[in-house]
Amino acid sequence: LEAGSVTAPGGRSRLERPPRARLPDWILRWGLTALALAVLALIAYFFIRLIGESNDAFSRFGVFGYTFTNDWDVAGSKFGALPLVVGTLITSGTALLIGVPVAVATALYVTELCPRRIRAPLTAMVELLAAVPSVVFGLWGFFVLVPKLRPVEQWLADTFSFLPFVGGHVAGPSYFIAGLILAIMIIPIVSAITREVMATVPPDHKEAALALGATRWEMIRTAILPYSRAGISGAAMLGLGRAIGETIAVTIVIGNAPKIGHQIFDQGYTLAAVIANEFGEAASDPLHRSALIAAGLVLFVLTLIVNAIARYLVARGEHGARASRDAPTPGVAA
Amino acid sequence: VSRATLPKVSPRRRRSDRIARAMLGAGTALALVPLVLILYYLLHKGLGAWSWDFFSTDPSGKFFGDPGGIKSAIVGTVEIVALAAAMAVPAGIGVALYLVEYGKAGRFASVVRYFIDVMTGVPSIVFGLFIYITLVLANTGGASFTGWKGSVALALLMLPIVARAAEVVLMLVPDALREAALALGAPRWRVVLRVVLPTALPGLITGTLLAIARAAGETAPLLFTATIVKGSTLDLGGPMNSLPAQIFSDVGQAQDRLQSRAWGAALTLVLMILLLTTFARLISRRSRLA
Repeated sequence: LEAGSVTAPGGRSRLERPPRARLPDWILRWGLTALALAVLALIAYFFIRLIGESNDAFSRFGVFGYTFTNDWDVAGSKFGALPLVVGTLITSGTALLIGVPVAVATALYVTELCPRRIRAPLTAMVELLAAVPSVVFGLWGFFVLVPKLRPVEQWLADTFSFLPFVGGHVAGPSYFIAGLILAIMIIPIVSAITREVMATVPPDHKEAALALGATRWEMIRTAILPYSRAGISGAAMLGLGRAIGETIAVTIVIGNAPKIGHQIFDQGYTLAAVIANEFGEAASDPLHRSALIAAGLVLFVLTLIVNAIARYLVARGEHGARASRDAPTPGVAA
Repeated sequence: VSRATLPKVSPRRRRSDRIARAMLGAGTALALVPLVLILYYLLHKGLGAWSWDFFSTDPSGKFFGDPGGIKSAIVGTVEIVALAAAMAVPAGIGVALYLVEYGKAGRFASVVRYFIDVMTGVPSIVFGLFIYITLVLANTGGASFTGWKGSVALALLMLPIVARAAEVVLMLVPDALREAALALGAPRWRVVLRVVLPTALPGLITGTLLAIARAAGETAPLLFTATIVKGSTLDLGGPMNSLPAQIFSDVGQAQDRLQSRAWGAALTLVLMILLLTTFARLISRRSRLA
């Protein structure tokens, strides 16, 4: 190729397109960038409006006064959201206590123990749970779980009444039922992420443990669990984020009592449930409406914090995986 | 010649191994119990409610007499979700295209990625509140509660799901394909539209269908954006019924017939969602990527 043939008379390279032909490129590139920017702007706008609309309640009661006062009295126009915050924490805590061990057991069984043939169907079945809508969980919980579990709960309450937060009269809809439903709802996501994290455990570690004479369980305990600990905590935190924000199923089975229950089998309320339930009546009362939007803001901030921690933990789990994949093998064996 | 053997596993260790395995198996079985129970009750109580009238009449709203069926709820759900998908899918794929083709590992792209992640974690009811504050309270479009506002709320919910799924799929498109097209003299935009997108299409469809399935079951954002009405309507500019909202309202009624309608509607909704998810999985299995 001669140098002269590459340069067009205008001094422009012949391989370069004329500016007009490059216009679609420019449009696509900056159009997509603008779209991404618009999404960010939208989130920021919503957040600002949320703060603006909840201002009424926050300026009346103070941010701390609103969040940590135990007095939710619609008729008396008093809005202290502590019963809701506590209810949210109790139900999602119960969900974690029940759901995470089951989800981790499922992930371990599917990845390490079960016959290869049933691995795929088993995974698909666990994920099927994620396809059931929240309102259907609520429906099932209300008409099946609440009446069927009541005798069991009453027996638990009577037998273990020496434990804190257990005992008394079982109400039917309760923190416990809500927590149980939330546990079922978070199992698919916690189990899926745990499985992903466990897939990053280097086979060397597992084989080394087995070669040293470890039983399957000892291999799981010494090779898999320590390696994926951060990832499992991250998965649990993601589940917690889901549980905190879950609305309709909880609204149906929590009992909707705006006070702090003394027992796990008492009726209660959560931040999300109060919004869903009281919205209709709040339309005409600006302060009540503002208090509900403030509940939404507290919920939003709570999930942001939980999810940020979860993302950090999951990322750390994966970084750990990458770091040791790159490390020389003798270092691992030592 | 001595045979090297491992020392025998002591009975204690063998026992703990067996117990641990049994417990892991039991945990897995426990996770499947609710699924089986829910499917059983849905079929048991839902099929009983099904009839031709159930699908062909609107809820009557009468306390006595015939409560009517769920036609308007099905129509509303399909309309609201279709409009939501029409908004969220192009936007979500567009954002993903930006991230994969232009933003890459740049600072702005990481910020966008972070906030897309943040959006995935936002509870659906908060999206409902967003729309309530910005569109419903402001009476945008001359009415307070309308179907299209419900669509916007669902679209916000779907956007991060679509964007993240699309990003994963677009990243799977081999760079060699892009480079080959560029080397043949194709401009960047043609590479994106004619090479990258068609290659990733099955994956994009899968992500879209999963996002639609997720949105179709959401109740909370619709409660204070689209609300509940009885009649079938094709007008997205007015209040609109939907399956989840109909179920939620029927659960609260102390009437056997309404509760039975809730079960029938729940079975319908779950079947619609399962159909979408199954379809999505079939398409992803046929994809050439991954």
